[in-house]
Amino acid sequence: MFVYYFQLGLRSLRRNPVLTTLMVMAIGFGVAAAMTTYAVFRATSNNPIPQKSSQLFTAQIDNRGPADNDHGEPPYAMTYIDATALMRAHKARRQTALYPLSLPVVPDDPALLLFRVPSYATYADTFPMFDIPFRYGGGWSATEDDARAAVVVISRDLNDKLFHGANSVGRQITLDGHSYRITGVMDSWHPQPLFFDPVNNDFGDPIELFIPFTRAIALQKRVNGDTSCSGALHEGWDGLLNSECNWIAYWAELPSKADADAYRQFLQGYAAEQQRAGRFHWAPNVRLRNVVQWLDYLKVVPPESKLSLVVSLGFLLICLVNTVGLLLAKFMRRAAEIGVRRALGAPRQTIYLQFLIEAGTVGLAGGVLGLLLTGVGVLSIGLVFDPDIARLATLDLSLVALTLLVAVLATVLAAFYPTWRAAQVQPAWQLKSN
Amino acid sequence: MQRTPSIQIRPILAALRRHKAGTILIALQIALTLAIVCNALFIIEQRITRMSRPTGLIESDLLTVQSNWVGVDADTTTPLARADLLALRQLPGVQDATLTNSYPIRGGAWTTDVRIDPNAKSGMATVTQYFTDDHALPSMGLKLLAGRNFRSDEIGSASRDSYTPPPVAIISAALNGKLYPDGSALGKQIYLGMKPSTVIGIVERLQGGETDTDSDTYADYTVLLPIQLTNYANSYLIRARPGQLANITRTVPQLLYKLNRMRLIPEKRGLRTFDAVRTQAYRRDRGMAILMSAICVILLAITAAGIVGLTSFWVGQRRKQIGVRRALGATRADILSYFLTENLLISVGGVLLGAVLAIALNLWLGQLFELARLSLSYVLVGVVVLLLLGQGAVLAPALRASRVSPVEATRSV
Repeated sequence: MFVYYFQLGLRSLRRNPVLTTLMVMAIGFGVAAAMTTYAVFRATSNNPIPQKSSQLFTAQIDNRGPADNDHGEPPYAMTYIDATALMRAHKARRQTALYPLSLPVVPDDPALLLFRVPSYATYADTFPMFDIPFRYGGGWSATEDDARAAVVVISRDLNDKLFHGANSVGRQITLDGHSYRITGVMDSWHPQPLFFDPVNNDFGDPIELFIPFTRAIALQKRVNGDTSCSGALHEGWDGLLNSECNWIAYWAELPSKADADAYRQFLQGYAAEQQRAGRFHWAPNVRLRNVVQWLDYLKVVPPESKLSLVVSLGFLLICLVNTVGLLLAKFMRRAAEIGVRRALGAPRQTIYLQFLIEAGTVGLAGGVLGLLLTGVGVLSIGLVFDPDIARLATLDLSLVALTLLVAVLATVLAAFYPTWRAAQVQPAWQLKSN
Repeated sequence: MQRTPSIQIRPILAALRRHKAGTILIALQIALTLAIVCNALFIIEQRITRMSRPTGLIESDLLTVQSNWVGVDADTTTPLARADLLALRQLPGVQDATLTNSYPIRGGAWTTDVRIDPNAKSGMATVTQYFTDDHALPSMGLKLLAGRNFRSDEIGSASRDSYTPPPVAIISAALNGKLYPDGSALGKQIYLGMKPSTVIGIVERLQGGETDTDSDTYADYTVLLPIQLTNYANSYLIRARPGQLANITRTVPQLLYKLNRMRLIPEKRGLRTFDAVRTQAYRRDRGMAILMSAICVILLAITAAGIVGLTSFWVGQRRKQIGVRRALGATRADILSYFLTENLLISVGGVLLGAVLAIALNLWLGQLFELARLSLSYVLVGVVVLLLLGQGAVLAPALRASRVSPVEATRSV
């Protein structure tokens, strides 16, 4: 029966070509708009480290006070004073202070130009903490952190570029005039958005270099990102380290809720201590946010993405209202046919079934058109969003399935009222009036 | 015999009551379309306004090059930069060149608080600071409204960690208006830190370095300072002689690498003409405007198609009644105006609901995305557009209806 009704549905598509075309186009455009913007939204609201996002926390400490902070919220980043104090306290299972820096790579071959790759200064804990995969070797050790060692972890791409993919562990590379020993080569690793520093790099190229935080500080490497200062102006590099300038991100791995609660207590205690020491003239104001909360708080999903999703869902709604009207017209035209079928003994259920399947057929056709248009839409996301974001939105298998599903479901949903009307047709009246 | 071709509203309403579902669907579609189109048009207008803000620069024939020294002690970069500038200014096709820590709509800026009373607790405005030299005005193409340019002997150099505000500064007219609303700031003092700077010049306009919406409130508050920063990723702004931009875009990096190989010109945004800077700065705004325009056009087309479809169905359903009316003496114009009026009545209902929805949607979007309040003129324009669209869409089926022959009345009754 289902197959028969489906065939009837296909035949009916051809019967009113204009109405059918209108419906298929409305559904196609509506679904394509919604799916294209959803693809962007899905990419930008992605959880970049799902297996650990509830165990990784970033800490914030208010060193500004109510007069200077952002509506009661502590600054995004930490001062050097606070970040290093928390590192020394070592209260979490793993922890790292980190900041982005510019570390130009000087190729050994003088014919080649210098180039720069996205780089971070971190502690040894970073690698196990963020589940960074390695192709060769591994991260450096805490001992090397303490020794401010000139060691480096590089990406697979950089290794391909500099060493043609060979195992380069133990070899030296020159970064900004200084030599570093490679301890590990990462495997492909590209969390998007970059959860541990969305303030400076939300979407973009993968991180290709890590050097010890302690080494970067010893070399007086400035942050290649946001620095936000308050209070007295500082003088020189030591001035910066002792200033109230915020520029360092701080992350801790806290496996259980008890650990997180204990760490929050510890942060409170630390801020209270700073207050007692006279550095803070306000009550402790600290935050501990996990990855998802942090990305939410920073509104990493571009407002354009949400706005276009909302508008295109409205667009889909209008297309569906349109479809309800057109289906009504299409079905009611066949009142006579329905009358005959009912008179010959067809119960209402079969009418329901036939017309819902017919609507599903229209929906499927709309879905196929929608799929093509979604493909075009995904390809042209670069016209609307930053290339870094456009690159993330792809038409994968799940989106294909979702497009077809939404098209069919939405059309069947839109068909409920027209179908109900069709099933209400009185056979006697229809037969008499013809 | 005199006939008054009057438009009968009551019979139309009676007929609509028999087509409740279709009537409500068309009205609803018009209402939703109006709500979305109004807001989309509003978003388009806002984005275009942002995109068309002038920087104050003469943007044609302008090249930007970011160059970072690599493996060079910060104390020694000043002579290196001076050598670069001298060579750049002598390069064929180059009219002038300057060094600056940032430039308008570059994305990212060094901002600070400004005050005119050193003892004031909080600043009067956030300003973007441009650390540059005496070639900034001619290279950027800024228009000096009052006062003078920097002199070459006023140009200093400093590390960004140990810089103190210089004794002289040039400010934008917008900042002048903010700090001294009643007159000229020329010769007066401003505080960008603890030490005062005397305003020696006022430029007509100079935009800040950021383009995100958060910076809109202080976008035009800018100050030029005669300091070359040493440990900073500075940029050269190079003004080409007319028609030479493409040439120098090729020769400038060659020259710079020849002067000193230990430098980094970032691959992504290191070398850009100002046209490219503008395109990249407003990519999201332009994209949003394109997307919203596309949605508007498709939406209006789909709504029109929906009206055509449903009205055609009604005409088909009522052929007999139309035939009877025609047989009883109704003219073609009567039938035409019947359907036009019917559509008008439905549309008016739709746009009334739609106007309310448009404002509600705007308020809701405003809460989510800090969208400004929708001006009523957009709703009015939207209402007119949708009423015209409805009439236009109904015209073809209505004309078909008017051509129904009176003979139809006699068929198969």
